[in-house]
Amino acid sequence: MTLAHLPALQVVAPLLAAPLCALLRAPLAAYLLTCAVAAVAAATAGWLLFTVTAGGAAVITYALGGWAAPWGIEYRVDALGAFVLVIVTGVNLVAVWFGRASVMREVPRERVFLFYTGWLLCLTGMLGIAVSGDVFNVFVFLEIASLASYFLVSMGRDRRALSAAFRYLLLGTVGATFILIAVGLLYQMTGTLNMADLAARLPPLKESRTLQVAFAFLSVGVGLKAAVFPLHFWLPGAYTFAPNMVTVFLAGTSTKVSVYILLRFFFSVIGTDISFDALKLHWFLLPLALAGIFTASIAAIYQNDVKRLLAFSSVAQVGYMILGIALASAAGLSAALVHLFNHALMKSALFFTVACMVFRVGNSKLTDLAGLAKRMPLTAAALVVSGLSLIGFPFTAGFISKWALLAAALQSHGWWLALLVLASSLLAVVYMWRVVEALYCAPRAPATVQSQAMTVTEAPLPLLAGAWLLAAGNVAFGLSTELSRGVAERAALLLFGGAP
Amino acid sequence: MSVDALLVAVIALPLAGALLVTACGERRRNLREAVTLVTASLLLLAVLQLLAPLWPTDLESESTVALSTPLVLAEPWPGVTVALAVEPLGLLFALVASLLWLVTSLYAIGYMRGHGEQNQTRFYAFFAVAIFAAMGIAFAANLFTLFLFYEILSLGTFPLVTHAGSAEARRAGRVYLGILLGTSIGFFLLALVWTWSIAGTLDFTAGGVLAGRASPFAASALLVLFLFGVGKAGLMPFHRWLPAAMVAPTPVSALLHAVAVVKAGVFTVLKICVYIFGADFLSQVPAREALMYVAAATLLIASLVALRKDNLKARLAYSTVSQLSYIILGALLANALGFIGGGLHILMHAFGKITLFFCAGAILVAAHKTEVSDMRGLGRAMPVTMGAFFIASLSIIGLPPGGGLWSKWLLALATVEAGAFILLAVLLLSSLLNIAYLLPIPLRAFFGKADNQSNGDGVREAPGFCLAAIVITTAGCVALFIWPDAARRLLSLMGGIE
Repeated sequence: MTLAHLPALQVVAPLLAAPLCALLRAPLAAYLLTCAVAAVAAATAGWLLFTVTAGGAAVITYALGGWAAPWGIEYRVDALGAFVLVIVTGVNLVAVWFGRASVMREVPRERVFLFYTGWLLCLTGMLGIAVSGDVFNVFVFLEIASLASYFLVSMGRDRRALSAAFRYLLLGTVGATFILIAVGLLYQMTGTLNMADLAARLPPLKESRTLQVAFAFLSVGVGLKAAVFPLHFWLPGAYTFAPNMVTVFLAGTSTKVSVYILLRFFFSVIGTDISFDALKLHWFLLPLALAGIFTASIAAIYQNDVKRLLAFSSVAQVGYMILGIALASAAGLSAALVHLFNHALMKSALFFTVACMVFRVGNSKLTDLAGLAKRMPLTAAALVVSGLSLIGFPFTAGFISKWALLAAALQSHGWWLALLVLASSLLAVVYMWRVVEALYCAPRAPATVQSQAMTVTEAPLPLLAGAWLLAAGNVAFGLSTELSRGVAERAALLLFGGAP
Repeated sequence: MSVDALLVAVIALPLAGALLVTACGERRRNLREAVTLVTASLLLLAVLQLLAPLWPTDLESESTVALSTPLVLAEPWPGVTVALAVEPLGLLFALVASLLWLVTSLYAIGYMRGHGEQNQTRFYAFFAVAIFAAMGIAFAANLFTLFLFYEILSLGTFPLVTHAGSAEARRAGRVYLGILLGTSIGFFLLALVWTWSIAGTLDFTAGGVLAGRASPFAASALLVLFLFGVGKAGLMPFHRWLPAAMVAPTPVSALLHAVAVVKAGVFTVLKICVYIFGADFLSQVPAREALMYVAAATLLIASLVALRKDNLKARLAYSTVSQLSYIILGALLANALGFIGGGLHILMHAFGKITLFFCAGAILVAAHKTEVSDMRGLGRAMPVTMGAFFIASLSIIGLPPGGGLWSKWLLALATVEAGAFILLAVLLLSSLLNIAYLLPIPLRAFFGKADNQSNGDGVREAPGFCLAAIVITTAGCVALFIWPDAARRLLSLMGGIE
């Protein structure tokens, strides 16, 4: 049956499209091809998610080239993988379809096809990570995604994009190397790279020093990629100086995929027995998560560039996901996954609205955006809606995240942790409010200072539509949580080995 | 119409009104005002329709009325729903808010035009949004729904508070939102999730949901979190947002910061005490007594501060802080008299205080005065306004012919029943303070000598719309003095109180 090839299609479609895109060269053709691939990828991901949640099969496995698993390469999609696939392809779809105006503005015309080629490769990598059933392939796909994203970041208009991309490259490579070392150690111990095989062979090695070393390399490596505090230094620069649509895409997907790797390794491959019971992973993660949430939130308050502010906010939000994982309970894990979904939604919505503003104003400094709500009321309103979601305002996706995390925190650690979470969300109120106040309430600066902000008009329709689609998604997933919470809970139970 | 359809209508009407007002815009301002008035009238009708089956017409038979089953709108979390239901206390709150919205709309037309305010479309639109939130709070079937609308109310009133757009207004807006969001996110939400994790439900249930499930420590912590978390109730030290909100145009101060927003706060406190804790369990919560004294202290301190304020709106704002604590006190007394007295005070204080704010606005529009010390002799030029001010003051103080007498009477009885004689003394002392800061204003206006000529000549009564609104609410104060019983009986239908 052809449908059985869906996991392969998920990766092969963008992978084949990438060189094709490079051959086409015409900007419009490259754009249309990327649009088509985005649609195919999203449809495939949707179908896979449907199959593993409602369609009977809990896991879809696919032996690449017909070589059976431990020897051949296995693709393996379960609820968690499909969940991540849907997030990545969803954000990708909106960013590609509606973001063209922004891309054409920021990328030189003769390099647009390269931009889309890089984009497709980046997508290939991220999707590959989520379908891959063996750890070495995860590494390979991670490198594809990372190399492509260094390239994409470096295409920013600002020359500082180059140094930001270089820093991203350095730290990313360190992370990748660490992961590779860990994978090597795991292989040396067990003689297999297949995740299911590893999961079966690792428990007897619980006491092994090698396993602990591999574990440490893995934690730091993936931590770097996921921008877990204090390994987040590449992120603010990369997000700030990348082309705006790249920021939308990466903010919605790249850290999420890295968190996915973290989950895969700690829960599926190494197993909760070793990760939490033996190696006390949560003892490290909990303080790091809290420190990250507070430091990054406070840093966000002092930023004067909206993109940078939101980038620091992303570091803080990754902290919430890590916090959920560190609770070491199914409820906490499901809260982390709900937030993974919702944060992708809210942060891509926010960066998309900022992209709309940058399209008109030229940069994203708070002072230059002052009073912009009068000029771009619809864009500004979309930013307010997504910002409310980030704060965790009722009726938005962010509230669902907060609710889940609070309930899980109360369940496992009592009120003090819940109070800390809430206190940190007040910091989010402060930094988001700075943006909103600048847009709506700032007094008009002298005309010489902000000639542009006062003469601009609303963003072009496609950009606006994209921003509002994402903003509306924040409200929709605040009211109906079957997709976000429902699947997250299922995936969390799966990772905890079916135990309630 | 069925109850469910009416509930949807009550929520949807103000929201539709807000959209239509925006659609009309500044160019069709007469149509825009007509939309507001029609929406407010329809809303009032809808609320009255909901009230009809509960209204105690036959004073002899104490029929218990079956309350409607909740109407579930969404279920964002398993077991946690956005749901609406009809309940006596909520009906009373909705009735007060919708009736006074209509009156305030009349007043606002006169005030906003007479005062030449900018951005009137935004003003009317967000006014309707605020009422939408108030209706949601009134008809919330569970604490979660109430919280949702509570937050919308905080946010929806922000553009109204900062209406002037000045630096002062922005600063006030920051205080306003900072305190309201800070307390609701920091404390209220925590208490909400905590309650849910203890009780497994957030539905408003007769007799409460925490009894037998929460330990004394948890119950105490929850009560503290709830009372301080509901910042709109103005319990000290989280009361500063209310005086800050006085930078708003007077209709906002009148309806929102004397009725809808602040009453939403104390309404929430009452609902939590009655339907989440339940009278019996609440009376066993260790922290209750300490909190009663916090409320009593707020009551006295705010009165003393009011005494020292020369700005009329600031004085009224502190008076409101003080009166809100009456209701909190009533809720914490945890007996039927306290609950009913507190609920009744929502109604009585609403009419009295909105009249006072209307008068303050009328004085501002007609005589351009904001300071109490400038108002000597003003009564001769504005007899209707100052006469209304006098009657409303009596109602706030708790003297005839004002309805405030009855709610204060019930609250005093409640303290006696609870054996809390210190609190009784506090209530009486506070009434004396009310006299001291309210009555001199109309008395000096009538009998005092004007310091300068401006108070005598050239000053006339405020525009007709304003005056009409003032007369209506003053009549309401007197009517509530004569016929208080229907409201009391409605409140006695509250579930789980004997």
